[in-house]
Amino acid sequence: MRSHDLPVLLASQREPLFGPKGWTALLAFMLAVAIVVPVLFVLVPASSPFHLSAYFVTLVGKIMCYCVVAVAMNLIWGYTGILSLGHGLFFALGGYAFGMYLMRMIGREGQYQSDLPDFMVFLDWKAYPWYWSFTDHFWYSAMMVVLAPGLVAFVFGYFAFRSRIKGVYFSIITQALTFAFMLLFFRNNTGFGGNNGFTDFKRILGFRIAEPGTRAALFIITGLYLSAAIVLSRAILRSKLGRVLTAIRDSESRLMFSGYNTLWYKLFIWTLSAVMCGLAGALYVPQVGIINPSEMSPGNSIEVAIWVAVGGRGTVLGPVVGAALVNGAKSFFTQSFPEYWLFFLGLLFILVTLFLPKGVVGIVSVLRRSNHARAAGARREEEART
Amino acid sequence: MSRLPRVSAADGLGQTIGRVVPEGVDVSHGPILYLEDITVSFDGFKALNKLTLTVDAGELRCVIGPNGAGKTTMMDVITGKTQPDAGSAFFGQTIDLTRLSEAEIAQAGIGRKFQKPTVFENHTVFENLELAMKMDKRVWASVRARLNTEQSDRIAQTLDQIQLTAEADRLAGVLSHGQKQWLEIGMLLMQEPKLLLLDEPVAGMTDEETERTGELFTALAGKHSVVVVEHDMEFIGRIANQVTVLHEGSVLAEGPMHKIKNDDRVIEVYLGR
Repeated sequence: MRSHDLPVLLASQREPLFGPKGWTALLAFMLAVAIVVPVLFVLVPASSPFHLSAYFVTLVGKIMCYCVVAVAMNLIWGYTGILSLGHGLFFALGGYAFGMYLMRMIGREGQYQSDLPDFMVFLDWKAYPWYWSFTDHFWYSAMMVVLAPGLVAFVFGYFAFRSRIKGVYFSIITQALTFAFMLLFFRNNTGFGGNNGFTDFKRILGFRIAEPGTRAALFIITGLYLSAAIVLSRAILRSKLGRVLTAIRDSESRLMFSGYNTLWYKLFIWTLSAVMCGLAGALYVPQVGIINPSEMSPGNSIEVAIWVAVGGRGTVLGPVVGAALVNGAKSFFTQSFPEYWLFFLGLLFILVTLFLPKGVVGIVSVLRRSNHARAAGARREEEART
Repeated sequence: MSRLPRVSAADGLGQTIGRVVPEGVDVSHGPILYLEDITVSFDGFKALNKLTLTVDAGELRCVIGPNGAGKTTMMDVITGKTQPDAGSAFFGQTIDLTRLSEAEIAQAGIGRKFQKPTVFENHTVFENLELAMKMDKRVWASVRARLNTEQSDRIAQTLDQIQLTAEADRLAGVLSHGQKQWLEIGMLLMQEPKLLLLDEPVAGMTDEETERTGELFTALAGKHSVVVVEHDMEFIGRIANQVTVLHEGSVLAEGPMHKIKNDDRVIEVYLGR
């Protein structure tokens, strides 16, 4: 962080957006959304103006998954100051791990009516490769959702942090990492469906995925998961762990000479962040109905950084707001003016960087401060009059 | 990590995530710091050239020398930031500094103050002291850490000592230069180090602040061993009993200030300029 940024960041990051009451209200609101949206979707008849479409439910569910990724990204970038440009990889790994289970659950309902997934029949494979073992068990796959991104992150992080790779070099290596995985997953012989990835899912735990009830359940779980991620992020920021992490961001060498082995702190938050992304990916895949290697493209990971920057990095809620705003705008633009979306995204990033260094939630603290100033001015006038 | 003698009392996961704390420093033979024939070269330039230096337990030692004499490199070697090409560095009788990381050395009991005041600017003064406080500094311990009364009292005591009680809840970034220097010294005290390394601790301080700092250091010697690197000759004359003069990476002269001041070689390379 450049030192002249400090005065700007100082206030906004330290000043909570909400008090305890505000937080209770926010969580109550999120729980209400998690319940009301599915009710309006499942129970209200399609003829009613209050009915929500499957498209809307899927869109909001998808955006909530992205919000979790932004929260996870904020743990490592906003709090700890390590810019990862490879978080799309962990999201995709979680998605693929759960996608394997969903593929197994298609059973013989595929195009070729074989026990094997269509892409394997197409490749003329006769049996599942060894790494597909046990993936027909839900709990095994759920475990892999955590382990696959967690292990990749842990091993990569251990070597990167032990070698004290920092700043832009770390960011570039994470780009290379996600790119390398993308190329690996594009190969048909890797055994993950090549460039088509996984799709045409039918069932999850015996429930048909296309059923409104299943969709509603996935939506509720995603809403609860996002709420839990926000609560966790806030708890970390307020704990001593959070103070150590932000100290790593601001002056890592001071911290080392104070007796902290920063390697383990960075590795801990990095791995936690990756696992959170993996879980988000696992919830994303059944709702969106497809996972393919393009999720690992370097551009996707960069977009995650933009969400966090737009919302306000280092704050608890900024990343959620940023991810929701940018993705909401994205779905609007890609429908109405598809050719302008990337221009808009670029413009948004430039404008936020220039005018909102603290992100969108930074506006609130600026407004609040000018309110305080106005109130103080009014008080002084009052006193002068009496 | 088997080279370290003892694992500190800690619970379950803490032992696997994180690190062990070395045992207390053994000063039974007098000296707390031994540097012997330390050589460090950067691209052929010898920043330290067979430097040999011993500091006794409880001593207040000043190190002076012209720019490029190797003062900061010496600090880097002691605190584990730089690996020497040759020579040995021991903390007490048993702790080999060349084999430990920065964090391990800090935990073993060596505190370091940088030339430029280095504090956590986005944290309050109180939190700065909390972070520096001697305690289990592994990840899991930090996840569960809650301040107890004894710890809060220690912080309050240090705040008082460095005269920042009124600023406890302000962000360190908004303190004046002198106050930041004092905060960093307070952070060192919270670490309860056996040996304090201070790189130009009174740079940028007012006369009054300098005087107070001198008093503080004199009070610290005895309980702690202190090594001060300084340019301010008047300040050194006031606090030091032993002065070491570095020149071109090795020791040029060593002794009490009044002798050093009259040493011909010292006058030639340093004082005479």
